[in-house]
Amino acid sequence: MKISKTFWIYTIIAIIGYAIIQVMISSGQLDMYYSNLLITIAINVMLAVSLHLVIGITGQFSIGHAGFLAVGAYISAICTMQLHLPFIVGLLAGAIVAAIAGLIVGIPTLRLRGDYLAIATLGFAEIIRIIFLNWEYVGGAAGMQVMQQTTWTYAFFGMLITIIVISNFTRSRHGRACIAIREDEIAADAMGINITYYKVLAFAIGSLFAGLAGGLFSHNFFIIQPAQFGFLKSFDILIYVVLGGLGSLSGAVIAAVALTIISLYLQDFPETRMIIYSLVLILVMLYRPVGLMGTKEITDLFKRKRKGGDAHE
Amino acid sequence: MEWLQQLVNGISIGSIYALIALGYTMVYGIIKLINFAHGDVFMIGAFVGFYGLTHWHIGFIPSLLAAMIICSILGVVIERLAYKRLRNATRIAALITAIGMSLLIEYTTIFFRGAQPEAYPDNAVISKTFTVFGTQISSESIIILVTTIVLMLLLQFIVHKTKIGKAMRAVSHDMEAARLMGINVNNTISATFAIGSALAGAAGVVFGLYYTKIDPLMGIIPGVKAFIAAVLGGIGSIPGAMTGGMVLGIVETVVSALGFSMWRDAAAFIILILILIFKPAGIFGKNTREKV
Repeated sequence: MKISKTFWIYTIIAIIGYAIIQVMISSGQLDMYYSNLLITIAINVMLAVSLHLVIGITGQFSIGHAGFLAVGAYISAICTMQLHLPFIVGLLAGAIVAAIAGLIVGIPTLRLRGDYLAIATLGFAEIIRIIFLNWEYVGGAAGMQVMQQTTWTYAFFGMLITIIVISNFTRSRHGRACIAIREDEIAADAMGINITYYKVLAFAIGSLFAGLAGGLFSHNFFIIQPAQFGFLKSFDILIYVVLGGLGSLSGAVIAAVALTIISLYLQDFPETRMIIYSLVLILVMLYRPVGLMGTKEITDLFKRKRKGGDAHE
Repeated sequence: MEWLQQLVNGISIGSIYALIALGYTMVYGIIKLINFAHGDVFMIGAFVGFYGLTHWHIGFIPSLLAAMIICSILGVVIERLAYKRLRNATRIAALITAIGMSLLIEYTTIFFRGAQPEAYPDNAVISKTFTVFGTQISSESIIILVTTIVLMLLLQFIVHKTKIGKAMRAVSHDMEAARLMGINVNNTISATFAIGSALAGAAGVVFGLYYTKIDPLMGIIPGVKAFIAAVLGGIGSIPGAMTGGMVLGIVETVVSALGFSMWRDAAAFIILILILIFKPAGIFGKNTREKV
């Protein structure tokens, strides 16, 4: 009961926040520049949260997340631009195909561990990129023209659904099974958890939301090219999760929001940006390897206070 | 004769992969870390060789040696600054640090000299083409092959006949036991990084000779492919890295020759995934069973 109450409170706060921003956009108080920034933030939060499920919760180190982003981006763009379907159908198709791609990639590779898994996911992401690069139907290396259709409403609800599904998944029985795999694979296996099933499930859900983010991503720019989905994009997503704290959903969200804003101010100095990013990554790993938030959530901070109050009563 | 030609090209590319793969396999064998920055050490080697040939005019062999020395210093600095503190950290932390280090080297290079590519001079070595059995063999490919073979023989000598080589083998076998036997583990690991990075530096110079074009991001793809070569041969095994590099080079040339040059990079990754799924220990690797 209590959990569902907090859940509804957060959802209502989020929707009120959405409504305020929507009113500000329609009344023209927030111009194109800021509404674009908000959409980019929402997309990056979706990517960060979906990778958080794979790396932070299930403990499977995937560095090929941009591959699923690419699948979602291209499939949704094909649906809207070539097949002239409505935008929402394109988004769903992109997400579903990305989830299928996640299954295809996940079933063979998730038997691998640690470093090997990382390299294999990197390899798959590159293969996906090379497929789009050689596929003339989607424009090859020159890219594909896409109409801008992503609005703040789509981006916000995409983000909200992603966060709700993944945070509820984490708290469910299945999520606890995934956390058990993260903590100790052999022990989890001995406890009767079907390791392969949960790894693949987490990977497919992560890919599904990466694909959804991909649909929003491609319809936010006017052109998509295979070069946008290279290793650097995967790395961008990875840094949100790592910096926020491996295993912390709110950490991933905070890191995604903060880094999107910072990189906007540094976009005229791309080298400086990458130098700062890589230095931050190395320093965080050397001095605080669990990331900024560790496995804690931001709501834990409030919980502790309330617990103190209860004890007083 | 067409196939013989492809074989020659494949061996030339393969020996470059093999040289880089040796560094990966040695470092992985000793501290179980995929040193992502290794591809960028290779890039630095290519640039040192370039400046040696065009700005300092010191000729091919001294440029090669300069690249090897500077790269081995760079490798040791990276190890001492970043990886040394991570010996007992989780594998993910070490891997992320390595990725961060790789990007740091790439973008620091771009920051200081710009992203524009450079071209190796044509007259760096005697350029001549020999025809053997109707196959065109350029002097560059011969130089690559000779350099690779000399360096590999040297490496075999160091690893099997010298004291430091013995220490390296002992540390990779069991770090704790080696420490108890009085081996200075930190120095041995640094020596491994120095040797591996020197080989990558040499690979950078011969890569420059063969492909002529170099740029600050050139290390990424050969770096990943060399890692694939190391996995293919069985990571941790020195003959495995050599074989893996050659096999990968030949497969890539064959794929290009069949008219799928755009799919060349994908071929390498497909090989990687197949080997990881069906024989994760690689050609020469030992199967290790996981214990609780």
